[in-house]
Amino acid sequence: MRATVVDVADVTKSFKIHYERHQSLKERLLHPRTGHSEEFVALKDISFKVEEGETVGILGHNGSGKSTLLKCICGVLQPTSGEIRLRGSLAALLELGAGFQLELSGRDNVYLYGTMLGFSKKRVDQIFDDIVAFSEIENFIDTPVKFYSSGMYVRLAFAVAVNVNPDILVIDEVLAVGDERFQAKCIDRIRRFQQEGRAILLVTHSADQVRALASRAIVLESGNMIANGPVAESLRIFREHLLGDTPSNVVNESHASDVHIDSITTPTGSFDVQSGASVHFDVHVTSATAYSGNFVLEIFSRAGVLVSRSDAQGAPINLRPGHNTIGIDLPNVPLLDGVFDINVGVLDPRGSNVKAWSEKVATLQVTYGGRQSGLVELDASIRQA
Amino acid sequence: MEYPSSSEAVHEGLANAPVRVMSARVKLGPRLVNLWNRRELLRNLVISDIRIKYKGSALGLLWSMLNPAFTLGIYYLVFSVVLKNGYPNYVIFLFSGLVLWNMFQNAVFAATGVIVDRAGLVKKVSFPREILPLASVGSAVIYFLIQICVLVIFLFVFHHAPEWNMIEILPITFANVYLFAATVSVVMAAFTVYMRDLKHLMEVLLQLWFWMSPVVYSYSNSLATQLGTHHIKLLYFMNPMALLVLTFQRTFYVATSVKSTIDGHVIHMLPTWAPSSFLYLNLAMLAIMIVLFLVALTIFGRLEGNFESEL
Repeated sequence: MRATVVDVADVTKSFKIHYERHQSLKERLLHPRTGHSEEFVALKDISFKVEEGETVGILGHNGSGKSTLLKCICGVLQPTSGEIRLRGSLAALLELGAGFQLELSGRDNVYLYGTMLGFSKKRVDQIFDDIVAFSEIENFIDTPVKFYSSGMYVRLAFAVAVNVNPDILVIDEVLAVGDERFQAKCIDRIRRFQQEGRAILLVTHSADQVRALASRAIVLESGNMIANGPVAESLRIFREHLLGDTPSNVVNESHASDVHIDSITTPTGSFDVQSGASVHFDVHVTSATAYSGNFVLEIFSRAGVLVSRSDAQGAPINLRPGHNTIGIDLPNVPLLDGVFDINVGVLDPRGSNVKAWSEKVATLQVTYGGRQSGLVELDASIRQA
Repeated sequence: MEYPSSSEAVHEGLANAPVRVMSARVKLGPRLVNLWNRRELLRNLVISDIRIKYKGSALGLLWSMLNPAFTLGIYYLVFSVVLKNGYPNYVIFLFSGLVLWNMFQNAVFAATGVIVDRAGLVKKVSFPREILPLASVGSAVIYFLIQICVLVIFLFVFHHAPEWNMIEILPITFANVYLFAATVSVVMAAFTVYMRDLKHLMEVLLQLWFWMSPVVYSYSNSLATQLGTHHIKLLYFMNPMALLVLTFQRTFYVATSVKSTIDGHVIHMLPTWAPSSFLYLNLAMLAIMIVLFLVALTIFGRLEGNFESEL
């Protein structure tokens, strides 16, 4: 049986927003009860569980409460009501290097940060070399961290957090650190964590990351949990709420749900395609009003890797009221054999707002007879120069 | 993708792992257990605290001795040489009280602003927050131990024997001053988050507090009679530092009455209480201090819930 490692039960967190902050004694004495404050509820009755080995994505826009939830789980914040039960050790990557002391050397900071995350000196001793190797700053480990570049700083912090091998790893938007090679290394390490059966909580507003890494996703919207389920389902709800919840910059646009993606078909009726062959899709879209926007096609591998995202390339799609058909031509499909998921969507012309989205609207079955392996066919010719 | 399939990396089940609960209020029991579990962090914070303090200074840790030595020198000059108080072995008398006072002052002074100063950490990393002020107290303990060594050297140099019957009380006195400093530190650190003035107020308050403790002057010679006639002896001893300083002076300075170095008349330096009285008083205070410390942790627990939004 797999144990529940994170059990969030009816957690509510509210903050007092001070409009005037009286923080000095004089101000407090002069204005004992003025400086009105307002209660702001950042999280409302959130409940969910995470089991060993699960990777759960927590999605939400800025201000949806996802960081607050994470801070509650990590113990930085205490919930106003409800409780969170944790089993096993936890390491959080909330802000990399927040615990570092600038004057101290990298070595001292590794020990300080390690113990701050709750691990013993003995454990840090054991993994010290791994940490240094992972962070790639061997030559500077005895230099005070104030002389580090920001990249080195962040790499060292990340290296500590992942190498202490916590039972629960919490990651908050920090995968954007370092160069691409280091990022790949981080993703690699996260996958290893998954294989070892550790639980991961991944907070992000990137649907791609969730799709690539998570087995389940939770969607937060102004403090409420509006979805908790399989990634595809949660992403659909996340996208739908992108529509319903119109940010201030698109107030005057027609309401989103008047555009709807009905289905996707092929002339042959089959989504099986030979690698290198051409394929044509018809996307059937119903619109209540005339609408001019952008159209997006995404192709994902079954492992959740985005193979390609393409759009109408500046030429707007003009939807008429009623039924519309949008044609997509893919000449010489360069995919190798495998199953690929197709997402399509209608976006506003700036591409910042989703009008309609259909997740996994079809699966493309590609067969390939050649000798290449991987995702795409390359026209590589290899010979001795 | 290929992964090393090392068996040691395979994650063991967690079904029997202990459960940690985060809720609105952490009870005192779990709070103490949590503190104990994180003692290694406390140790590391103390070490890094001391390292940072003397980083880049040529004399380093020697400053923790030089600093009180200068203070000692100034007080000696003013009170013994200029004002001619006539206390024999005044340096020993001064030093035995000053080590104790320094520990208290260093701890409280450093701890008062520590949560505010380390806001970046408090807002981002989870650990029992009371460890920060306790680490300030821990650093003060280290300086205290160094100064105690210097005091012992002084005793050798001046051929001045301590009161051996009192030595066994010192650990209790030390526990008292530790707990008292920790109590004040933990409470002040938490309140300063809400009222930043406390940091400045504390500076002034500590000066007043210093002169209300019998470090520089002799309690029996300067104050006891007046306090007695006004019936405010008890009030004076409401300051725990008073008894603790007297215990240290009685142990290291020993003599309760001495002959003035100026005119040879008898000066009552210290109360003539028996060592057993000091023992019982210190034990009673220990009980009070333990309660106060637990109360301080409870207060801290009430206040820490909003640290994140106040910092």
